[in-house]
Amino acid sequence: MSVVIEANNLQKYYNNFQAVAGVDFQVMRSMCFGILGPNGAGKTTTVGMIYCFTPISGGELNVLDMDVTHHPREIKSRLGVVPQENNLDQELTVWENLLVYANYYGIKRANAKEKAKELLNFFGLSEKAHHQVEQISGGMKRRLTIARGLIHTPEILILDEPTTGLDPQSRRLIWEHLRQLKNRGLTLILTTHYLEEASHLCDDLIIMDDGIILEEGKPYYLIQKHVGEKIVEIDTEEAKINNVLEELAPLSGGYQLAGQTIFLYIRKDENPVVNKLNSFDYVNEYRVRPSNLEDVFLKLTGKGLSYGEFD
Amino acid sequence: MENLIKYYNSVNSWALKVLFRNLIVFKKTWATSLAFNVVEPLLYLAALGAGLGVMIPEIKGMTYTEFIAPGIVATSAMWASAAECSYDSFVRMHFQKIYHAIIATPINIREVVIGELLYGTFKGILSGIVIMIVIALLGLVTSFWALLTPVIFILSGMIFSQISMIWTGLVPKIDTFAYLFTLIITPMFLFSEVFFPLDTLPEIVQQIAWFLPLYHIVFLLRALTLGMVGPELIHHFLWLVIFTLVIFPLPQLLMQRRLIK
Repeated sequence: MSVVIEANNLQKYYNNFQAVAGVDFQVMRSMCFGILGPNGAGKTTTVGMIYCFTPISGGELNVLDMDVTHHPREIKSRLGVVPQENNLDQELTVWENLLVYANYYGIKRANAKEKAKELLNFFGLSEKAHHQVEQISGGMKRRLTIARGLIHTPEILILDEPTTGLDPQSRRLIWEHLRQLKNRGLTLILTTHYLEEASHLCDDLIIMDDGIILEEGKPYYLIQKHVGEKIVEIDTEEAKINNVLEELAPLSGGYQLAGQTIFLYIRKDENPVVNKLNSFDYVNEYRVRPSNLEDVFLKLTGKGLSYGEFD
Repeated sequence: MENLIKYYNSVNSWALKVLFRNLIVFKKTWATSLAFNVVEPLLYLAALGAGLGVMIPEIKGMTYTEFIAPGIVATSAMWASAAECSYDSFVRMHFQKIYHAIIATPINIREVVIGELLYGTFKGILSGIVIMIVIALLGLVTSFWALLTPVIFILSGMIFSQISMIWTGLVPKIDTFAYLFTLIITPMFLFSEVFFPLDTLPEIVQQIAWFLPLYHIVFLLRALTLGMVGPELIHHFLWLVIFTLVIFPLPQLLMQRRLIK
């Protein structure tokens, strides 16, 4: 498998502010690579450097074996970009948006028309081809922005928070499209703060915060490593939190506290914990659920939450 | 030096793709935009030529309407380019994020700026030619030298597009364009011999006028329209060419500084 993007000690400063503080990562061809992190973590800056919009301040960044500082035009001609903010051309129709964009890449008109037709069809936008961009829904605009990013048949598609602000149905529709694209061998780079999105789509991911990489790996591996198979959520009285934690400590792999709710990490078997909980009269309610990436994320970046490790 | 050359090299086929995008939009709106461009100068001509003109005997052997007609053409061409590369460009850049969308493609920000300047220039040339035809129909063009006026419109378009684009690269918000028009465009409009010869004013005003591009444009257009052609035209023409080339890197430089952080 070949490496399509490689960052070594990559840094970005805005005046004195360090947005990306020396990160290393590799993206493999035909993979979906996720960049996760809370707002302000440095995700957008990192992808901005990949698509040669944001100049790098230090370190190395190679995309398709080319250095971003010296070969922006060549790199950009082989990358597709779906930015965070919709920047479709409001003065043009859906169809014109694709054709005009194809022209920016120097694609011949006949080829562009064929490709635009295929993309509108794929994204279910054929009927809207001659509508003004303003007239179509938010979900459609998003799909059109992705279609636009694919007009020149790029090798890598960069998506910066592709489903932020969309309703659940539109979001799922976009995931479905992205999965199909991945199955066809397209390399995807996805920034998101929706953990569900990352678990659905990403083969490999990094979790960033404050410009550094906190953790990296496959979603399932990260869940196993940091929080285990399952989570028991326990609601109790504030005064009893310490009691509960003390009693359950030997049976679990750590916990996180949000208000009066304890999130207890279970490595293997939840039964011993459940049995104990049933015997407590001060536990109001508890739920056992599979753990997910969100638990890992909160544990690693958990701002405003307290976190504890048992010995 | 190499650093400077890249700004002149941005005039290339990539920049033309940006111009092409603007022309597609123009195709949808040309009728309204042109109508406004023609109506305003005609109002000036009617009010000043037919109204005020009756009270003014002759200026250097020209009727007052003949005197102001070429100046009105020049100012219309100026306004067309200046408006395009100020308000309209700012909307594309800031509100519609079109520059951001384009620079994710192989086109770079310098080429985007050139595409915009070419479009502003196109609007100026078009406006100039259309109004030139109108004043010709009104009998205010008396020489075949007028056929050379499009060359002046090219320079005028480039100059005012660039001045506005410099502003677009600098202004914090769209309201700030008022300064461009109040401090630069309007004074130029008033003191470039559009409405009256400057030799009635103190010497110093004439000296300042020499630094205003519109002054040279009006001089050239008036000379070509009325066939007052002589070697001194070369001086004005060269002034415009040199001015265009000297400020050429600025709009690109400022826009690059504004958007690429």
